[in-house]
Amino acid sequence: MRLRAILLAGIVGILSVLLLGLPSQASDVGGDEADEGPTTVVSGTVRNASDENKPVEGVTITATPDATGEEVEATSDEDGEYEMEVPALGRTVIAIDVDSLPDDVSLAEGAPTELTPVLDVGRPSFTAIFRVGQSESTAIGTLDQLAQNVYNGLYFGIILALGALGLSMIFGTTGLTNFAHGEMVTFGAIMTYTFNVAVGMNIFLSGIIAIALSALFGYLQDRYFWRILRHRGTGLIAMMIVSIGLQFFLRNVFQFFTGGRTENYNDFTTPSGISAGPVTFSMRDVYCMIIAIVLLTVVAAALKFSRVGRAARAISDNPALAASTGINVDRVVTLVWTVGVALAGTCGIILGFSQSVKFDLGAQILLVMFAAITVGGLGSISGAIIGSIIVGVLVETSTLIIPSELKIAAAMFLLIVILLVRPQGLLGNKERIG
Amino acid sequence: MPAEQTDSILVADGIRRTFGGLTAVDVDHLEIPRHKITALIGPNGAGKTTLFNLLTGFDEPDAGSWTFNGQDVSGKAAYKVARLGMVRTFQLTKVLSKLTVLENMRLGPTGQRGERFWSAPFQFLWRGQEDANTERARELLARFKLDAKEQDYAGSLSGGQRKLLEMARALMVEPEMVMLDEPMAGVNPALKQSLLGHVKSLREDGMTVLFVEHDMDMVRDISDHVIVMAQGKVIAQGTPADVMGDQRVIDAYLGEHHDTDITQERATEETS
Amino acid sequence: MDIITGTLSAAVSVQAAYFCLAAIGLNVQFGYAGLLNFGQAGFLAVGAYGFAVAVASFELPFFAAVAVGLGCTALLALLLGIPTLRLRADYLAIATIAAAEVIRLFFGATFREYFKGRDGVSGFTADFQSVNPFDSSVLGFRPGEFWVMVVGWTLVVLSSVFVWLLMRSPWGRIMKGIREDEDAVRSLGKNVYSYKMQALVLGGLIGALGGLVLALGQNSVQPDNFNADLTFIVYTMLILGGAARIFGPIFGAIVFWAALSFIGAVLTKLTRGDDPFIPSWLMTDNQVGSVRFMVVGLCLMALMIFRPQGVFGDRKEIALDAR
Ligand SMILES: Nc1ncnc2c1ncn2[C@@H]1O[C@H](COP(=O)(O)OP(=O)(O)OP(=O)(O)O)[C@@H](O)[C@H]1O
Ligand SMILES: [Mg+2]
Repeated sequence: MRLRAILLAGIVGILSVLLLGLPSQASDVGGDEADEGPTTVVSGTVRNASDENKPVEGVTITATPDATGEEVEATSDEDGEYEMEVPALGRTVIAIDVDSLPDDVSLAEGAPTELTPVLDVGRPSFTAIFRVGQSESTAIGTLDQLAQNVYNGLYFGIILALGALGLSMIFGTTGLTNFAHGEMVTFGAIMTYTFNVAVGMNIFLSGIIAIALSALFGYLQDRYFWRILRHRGTGLIAMMIVSIGLQFFLRNVFQFFTGGRTENYNDFTTPSGISAGPVTFSMRDVYCMIIAIVLLTVVAAALKFSRVGRAARAISDNPALAASTGINVDRVVTLVWTVGVALAGTCGIILGFSQSVKFDLGAQILLVMFAAITVGGLGSISGAIIGSIIVGVLVETSTLIIPSELKIAAAMFLLIVILLVRPQGLLGNKERIG
Repeated sequence: MPAEQTDSILVADGIRRTFGGLTAVDVDHLEIPRHKITALIGPNGAGKTTLFNLLTGFDEPDAGSWTFNGQDVSGKAAYKVARLGMVRTFQLTKVLSKLTVLENMRLGPTGQRGERFWSAPFQFLWRGQEDANTERARELLARFKLDAKEQDYAGSLSGGQRKLLEMARALMVEPEMVMLDEPMAGVNPALKQSLLGHVKSLREDGMTVLFVEHDMDMVRDISDHVIVMAQGKVIAQGTPADVMGDQRVIDAYLGEHHDTDITQERATEETS
Repeated sequence: MDIITGTLSAAVSVQAAYFCLAAIGLNVQFGYAGLLNFGQAGFLAVGAYGFAVAVASFELPFFAAVAVGLGCTALLALLLGIPTLRLRADYLAIATIAAAEVIRLFFGATFREYFKGRDGVSGFTADFQSVNPFDSSVLGFRPGEFWVMVVGWTLVVLSSVFVWLLMRSPWGRIMKGIREDEDAVRSLGKNVYSYKMQALVLGGLIGALGGLVLALGQNSVQPDNFNADLTFIVYTMLILGGAARIFGPIFGAIVFWAALSFIGAVLTKLTRGDDPFIPSWLMTDNQVGSVRFMVVGLCLMALMIFRPQGVFGDRKEIALDAR
């Protein structure tokens, strides 16, 4: 086997040297890229932050790749969206034509009018973001802002807990650190979008179908993939790397179908806000939170009190022992996967309202979920929920001090600090570590 | 107690380790005499392995302190304890199964120049030392009847052979005191006899040996001193003959069956 | 025919060299020492940014800037290693991926006067290109590009030789021992923590050289060059070639990068034009990137399941069954 591999490598190597040496082919290598190299799509949405983020129509955006020097132009439509194909790679100057903005709209103070990304084959599309309009939030007092951020954090934390609980359940019973869990979240959102927008169904029905499909996805995934790997004796670290491969695959399948666009459901996209003291919230979000809390309670109670729940905990302690006491390990693990992915899908459905549907919706929060379950204690049920709320509030309130682009970093930072001082997590069990 | 007048290499006081509600080790005072072979015995779950772990820095006690050669080593990192000359083996063998038997052995010696980052890339700096170590390793392997296996992966060894390799590897460190956790478990009787001779020769060379063993005949045969543990406590110590006549020891081992001889009981247990 | 030449030029390109370096570094950490570093992208980022900012903002001479880049990387490895190297393998994985993400966000959103936000730092290769011995195209590569390739591949060779020398020494033996059972190594009086740290730093520094080559090659660095996908692509390459083998990472990086370019070129060709071979309702050329990365994911899964030792590796040797 080894010998064959080396031979093969050798032949490939020699062939490549020979072919490279041929001057006739080699001469057009350099020019190749500019002639008909791959193209990239630059797209985005122009929204006015001073006016409830309403889309701005008729704004001109230009893109000039350094390689060709030729300018490509696009204008935003009534939804504020624009899209253009840039026929070259490498450094490209993307600019917003300030004169094309309506008279009453201007760029945010200090916001750049030009972006200079390097467009790469690996990045089939690039989203250019220009900060149009002054965000109003600067006008609000800090204390009020804090109240609002704490509310936002609670909301985010409760929704996050759905995903984190699924992740923690799967880790707890199988020991798998599932890097593809973010894609389970995205799956829920994309399914809801598909039924709601593409098929045109009612949002509630779409959501229920999406949850059912998520559960089915979890079931099939364990039944016909992870279970087989477990039976083959694949190690936990190997499975963790497999889950990374799955993450890559699924995320790009999603991108294949949604094309990197940011989409919204048909209903409840901009709910009207209700003010209560310093906090503004919407009834949509309240209902979402209620749904989440009910689900979390039901699942946590089931894990704690039902027979299957006890079986799941027995398996997490010692699978061999659990099997020998008559527990059907495979059945229980598949059930855990089914429920875990259904929860993740629900998390995605709800996030789809507030953060819009995008192929990397879940990938964006994967590390936040890791942070949540590490803070709470890996494998602990209540830990996952409490950890999520802590992380959610931290992420949202951190924006009072640090730039909002860095808010995820706050969660990562907490994760690292927790690992430093209390690696078993707040509610974790010390004996099991090390 | 043999305390003050004899020369003790290891002196421990008030060591306690609990796991949740269970007190695995609770030793008030313990001394290991120098240049002697000491056996640590006790029923399963008595806390022998846990005590080994604590003394060698692989586990942290809730309380207690101990000295080795008069130097305080309590709470010292495991590798420092080993470097000071107190090397242990494991009850569940830890051979490195993806290295060859010989490489396992070469891992033993401390102070290898080739183990330092900056001299490692330059073979001429460590070649000589490595050759000397290899020679010593081969001698030991021959003594442990593993010389035919030196190029095999350690993972291909049998359970008993692994025990032997681990013991030989520990000796490569050239410790002052070697602590063997059930070294003879699973080793065939003929080889066991020759190894007992080897352990005795270690004593002649000036090494101190502390070992855990369930086989009372062997304990009687080679040990100079015996320490008995039960439920985390040291319940008796002294010469083999003294200890085995001690009623408390018999109680601890046999519970209700007062009238059976210890060695006989062990033998029937093993055959069943 | 240009697909083949394109593929071959990808195989020797600056990118291939930089993936090689990243994979060689990861091989030291994951392949030999068994450390699950999921933050290799962070090491590359710090190496590249350290160098780029030192030249662009502080106008340091070339070698001083390289030293800054490597110094920052070593510091990062120490900072990251101190808390995490005592932890279980999966904790190390989560901590390193989180750290890499923090670093990327940090470069994108802070100290804009130095890091220039998401646009990144550019214009720092003048010194380097001023000593370029090539003044006309070589084998169809522009002289500037070829110079970076020469330097990049030289670094690949040098670091491979260095790793080879280390790994056949008693030092390497300790690494392999740690990968399998740290307690056994500890019981023999070796400072396991220090050795793990050495592996983390060394692997990080070799990765940082990769970051440097990338920076020189594209004359700019952006935060998005260094997302978690980069780390995972490098893992795929390493596992394809075979972990704990000297040629594993080199073979894996070259073959995988060439294969990706090949797939990209073929798919682009098939989806281009007025009457493309693949109908546009099925796939357009905008979707080529996604399909290529689907292939990355599928390869990683298939390798891990069916041939975790890769092309060159020895199945018995790699650290995948451990916890
Ligand atoms: N890591 C641990 N967590 C919880 N309990 C432990 C742990 N290690 C040991 N114990 C408990 O401590 C007690 C002593 O165990 P130990 O292994 O020291 O016994 P031993 O004397 O070596 O027994 P044997 O002769 O069977 O090897 C046992 O009851 C065991 O269950
Ligand atoms: Mg024991």
